[in-house]
Amino acid sequence: MNAPARDMRGSAAGPVLSARDLHTWFELRQWGFLRVGSVRAVDGVNFDLQAGESVAFVGESGCGKSSLARTLLGLHQPTRGEVVFEGRPLGMLNSAERKAYLARVGFVQQDPYGALPPFMDVRRILHEPLIVHGVRNRAEREQRAQEALEEVRLSPAADFLSKFPHMLSGGQQQRVVIARALILRPKLIIADEPVSMLDASVRVEILQLLRSIQREHGLTLAFITHDLSTVRHFAERIFVMYAGRIVEQAEVNELLNHPQHPYTQALLAAISDPDPDNARHQREVPPGEPPSLLKPPDGCRFHPRCNRMIAGTCDRQDPPDFEPRTGHMTACWLYR
Amino acid sequence: MAGEPLLRVEDLRLHYRSGSGVVRALDGVSLDVRRNEALVVLGESGCGKSTLAKALMRLLPRNVQHFSGRVLVDGVETMGYPEERFRREVRWVRLSMVMQAAMNALNPVIRVGEQVAEPLRVHRGWSARRARARTAEVFGMVGISADFLQRYPFELSGGMRQRAVLAMALVTEPDLVIMDEPTSALDVLTQASIMNALKRIKQELGTSFILITHDVSTSSEIAERVALMYAGQLVEFSDARDFFRDPAHPYSKLLMASVPRLHQEETPVHIPGQPPNLLDPPGGCRFAERCPSRFDRCDRDPETFRIGERRTVRCWLHAQESGT
Repeated sequence: MNAPARDMRGSAAGPVLSARDLHTWFELRQWGFLRVGSVRAVDGVNFDLQAGESVAFVGESGCGKSSLARTLLGLHQPTRGEVVFEGRPLGMLNSAERKAYLARVGFVQQDPYGALPPFMDVRRILHEPLIVHGVRNRAEREQRAQEALEEVRLSPAADFLSKFPHMLSGGQQQRVVIARALILRPKLIIADEPVSMLDASVRVEILQLLRSIQREHGLTLAFITHDLSTVRHFAERIFVMYAGRIVEQAEVNELLNHPQHPYTQALLAAISDPDPDNARHQREVPPGEPPSLLKPPDGCRFHPRCNRMIAGTCDRQDPPDFEPRTGHMTACWLYR
Repeated sequence: MAGEPLLRVEDLRLHYRSGSGVVRALDGVSLDVRRNEALVVLGESGCGKSTLAKALMRLLPRNVQHFSGRVLVDGVETMGYPEERFRREVRWVRLSMVMQAAMNALNPVIRVGEQVAEPLRVHRGWSARRARARTAEVFGMVGISADFLQRYPFELSGGMRQRAVLAMALVTEPDLVIMDEPTSALDVLTQASIMNALKRIKQELGTSFILITHDVSTSSEIAERVALMYAGQLVEFSDARDFFRDPAHPYSKLLMASVPRLHQEETPVHIPGQPPNLLDPPGGCRFAERCPSRFDRCDRDPETFRIGERRTVRCWLHAQESGT
C-alpha cells in the first residue's frame, strides 16, 4: 500500500518519465507581432512516473492537462524546465533520438474519429507507424498489425484490417487508436481523455482494456481525464491539476477518501452517484470559474474561489507542496 | 391525481427514410409529464431519445417517412395543428427546447443578450427595450451577470454559453422545457452548478422539464420520474426513487450496474453486445439478444405491464406481477 510513497523517492532503476519545473506557455500576439502576454497552460509541474505504474492527471477543461500531455510527447517545446525520459532530457536529444523516443511513447487521443484518417483502412493505419520506424518487411508488418488488433480484442483481426474508420463503432475506433499506439511496443502510453467521446456503456470496457494491456506488458500509463468517478478503476496514483499546476497528489484511494486541497474537496463533492435524494438539495459548488491563464491570480490560484482562504497568505504567496498525510502531497497553505 | 397532465404522448412514431431503408427511430412511445415535474429520458446513443425531443417540438428533418401518434398539451391534441398554428401556440410558447450542443450554435456575430431575447421579439412582438429587461432577469435566474448581455459568444466560457441557451429556452416562460444533453460537455463543477440552477428555477417558476441524457448520475440531480428508452421504444417508465433504487427491466438493471460510483470498489460492469439496427429491428423484444433473463416468450413483442401505482415495464418477466 505504501509503494507509491516509496516510488516518489525514486527506485534504483529510476523513473521512466519525469517533469522538472515544467512550464509550457503560449505567447499571445496582436496583429501578428505585438506581444500581449502568455497563456501559462503548464506552469511549474513536477512529477516522476515509475515503470509499470498507472497514473491519472485529473482536472477541468482549461487546467492545462492536454498541454501537459502534448509537452510530454514533445509536441510542444517547454518554455522552461524539462521532460526527462529514462534519465535523458528530451531537449538534449538529436533528431534520430527524438524519433526513437516517439517510438517508445504511445499516444491515445480523445476523439477516435478525428484521430483516424478517414481515407485509410485499418491496415494502412497500423502499417504506417511501422513504415516510419523502419520495419521494411511487409509480412512482418502485417503480422504485427494482426497482433495489435488481437491485443485490443478486435478479432478476428482479418475482418477489421480492410475496414475504414467510418465503418466502425466509436468503441471499435478507439480500439484501433489503441492498437496504433501499441504497435511500436512502447514503454509508456499517454492517453488524453480516451473515453470521454464514447458512449457510457463502452467507456468501462475501453478503460479495462487499457488497464489489462498495461498490466500484461508492464507499461507505464498516464491518463488525462476529467472524470474522477472512474479513476480508481484504472489508476494507482492521481495528480489533481488546477490552472496549470498540480495541486494535490496521492495514491488513488487515499485521495478519494481523504482529499486535502479545497479544490479537490469541491470536485469530489460535485460528483453525483445515482441517488434519487440528490434532487432534494442544492449541491455546494465553489463560486466563479477557473482563472484566466493569461493573468493567473497571485498566490494560490484557487484562492478567489476558496472558502478557507487565509487572507494575507493565500492571496500573496504561492503555496509549496506540503505532506499532510504520508505520501499525500498538496500545495495548500492550510497544511503549513 | 388532479386531472390531465401537462403533456401526454401516446404511441408516438417517427420513421426516417435513409439510403439503406426506413429507420424506425421512434416506435410507439407513450409517456406523460405532470405540471412542475422533472422527467428524465435515459438511453444509449441511437436509442431515439433526441428524436423524441425533436418530435415533441415538431422540428423534423425532411426525410421523415412516417410521423404519427398523439401529443396532448393540457389535454388538447396538437398533432392536427398546421405548422403555423403549432408555431404560434405551442412551440416556444408552451414548450421550448435546449438542443444538444446548442451552446456551440450561438451566432458568433450577434451579442448574446440579443440572441436570448429573440424569442420574445418574435413570439411576443416585444420592443427591444422590454425584451432586454426581461432577458436580464432570466440571466440572473440561470446565474449569469447582466453585464454579459452585451458580450459576444466567444467571450463566454462553455458553462456561460450553456446558461445562455438555457435562458433562451426560459425567456418566454414556457410550461415545459426539453433539454437534450444540457450538461454533457461541461466540467463537473459547472455541471453541478447548472443542475443547482435548474432545481431553483423549477421550484421558483413551477416549470416542468424533460431532461434527455445518457448520464445516469447527473440525471439523478433533478429526476422525479425516469423513462428509459431502448431501440426506439420505452422499456421502463418509473418513479425516480424506484428506478434508481430498484430498477425493474433487465436493461434498467444492467444500466444501473454499469454506472461508475465514486466510492464503489467494484468495477462497473459493461453491458455486452450492441443495440439492434433500427433499419430492421428484430421481432419480439428488442433487448432479448443482450438480455441475461431471456426466455421463450421474448420472441414475441412484450406488452407494457403496469406494476403498482408508479411504474410500467415492457418485459414479459413482469407479466405475472401485473396480474396479466
